[in-house]
Amino acid sequence: MPKIILNGEERKIPREMTVMELLEEIGVKFREIGLAVAINEEVVPKSEYTTRKVKEGDKVEVVQLVGGG
Amino acid sequence: MQDWEMLLQDDYLEIAGRKFKSRLIIGSGKFKDFQQTKEVLEASGAEIITVAVRRVNITDPTKENLLDYIDPNKYLILPNTAGCYTAEEAIKTAMMAREATGINWVKLEVIGDKKTLLPDMEETYKAAKFLVKEGFVVLPYIFDDPVYAKKFEDIGCAAVMPLAAPIGSGLGLQNPYNLIFIKEAVSVPVIVDAGIGSATDIPPVMELGVDGILTNTALAEAKDPIKMAVAMKYATIAGRLAYLAGRMPKRTYAVPSSPTKGIPFKN
Repeated sequence: MPKIILNGEERKIPREMTVMELLEEIGVKFREIGLAVAINEEVVPKSEYTTRKVKEGDKVEVVQLVGGG
Repeated sequence: MQDWEMLLQDDYLEIAGRKFKSRLIIGSGKFKDFQQTKEVLEASGAEIITVAVRRVNITDPTKENLLDYIDPNKYLILPNTAGCYTAEEAIKTAMMAREATGINWVKLEVIGDKKTLLPDMEETYKAAKFLVKEGFVVLPYIFDDPVYAKKFEDIGCAAVMPLAAPIGSGLGLQNPYNLIFIKEAVSVPVIVDAGIGSATDIPPVMELGVDGILTNTALAEAKDPIKMAVAMKYATIAGRLAYLAGRMPKRTYAVPSSPTKGIPFKN
């Protein structure tokens, strides 16, 4: 089971998976506006969510838009 | 009789070629819930609302999302880089914001001090320079420094956002002269960000001739945020109209406003 760092915390995922599969795995709803993902500090464009794989040791950030001034 | 809409029909806040009818921008932080955020936004008449970029809480991914309440086709959703203390952090956050919003606008904030939340101008400048080159529409939150304001304009920022007072302080306008100097120094819009404590703080700022106002805490911490939003809408309009109308000169001594001749019972 690959180990990744997800939003700063270590996490095991069942297998290598695409960004879209990872979102499903962690219960985050895909949305065109309001969501962004970076792997190893590089933004992953939404067009690559179904192809880009999350692998062992990857540092993944999943962010959303929240209230702020 | 002419009302404000007629008097201001050709008056726009124009940033990077995009025109806005309202000169009031609101922040979406610290409201009771998203429903209240939406109601405040509608009541304020604002067309721009700022948001922050934060990690999704993985242990409890919120089902509700701010974007379920605010239509990005109707409002400009302006992401900020709040919480960043270096140019590098701000740049990475801006990149994520661009992917999350689908637009290349950013309210750039690089803070230099936790207690006062005053901006680190050197780091803000570095980040602004990089992001402008990357094609971003950059609106930097800056100290009320006319010299730096001009530097930000020179590197291609679409507007400058000097503070009236520290973020969340509610102290209102502290240094009108610096804002006047900034307005004279740059031709990009000057949007006064931070320090507004109530609707009544807005007209004196708008009357200086600045182009817009951004406020958040004064709305979120008002006893009735909806009423405050309406008050702010009209305060912004009042300040703008007062600026366009032009104030009388200030005098040390009184000048009577009634005729001095023909006063009855006088010999």
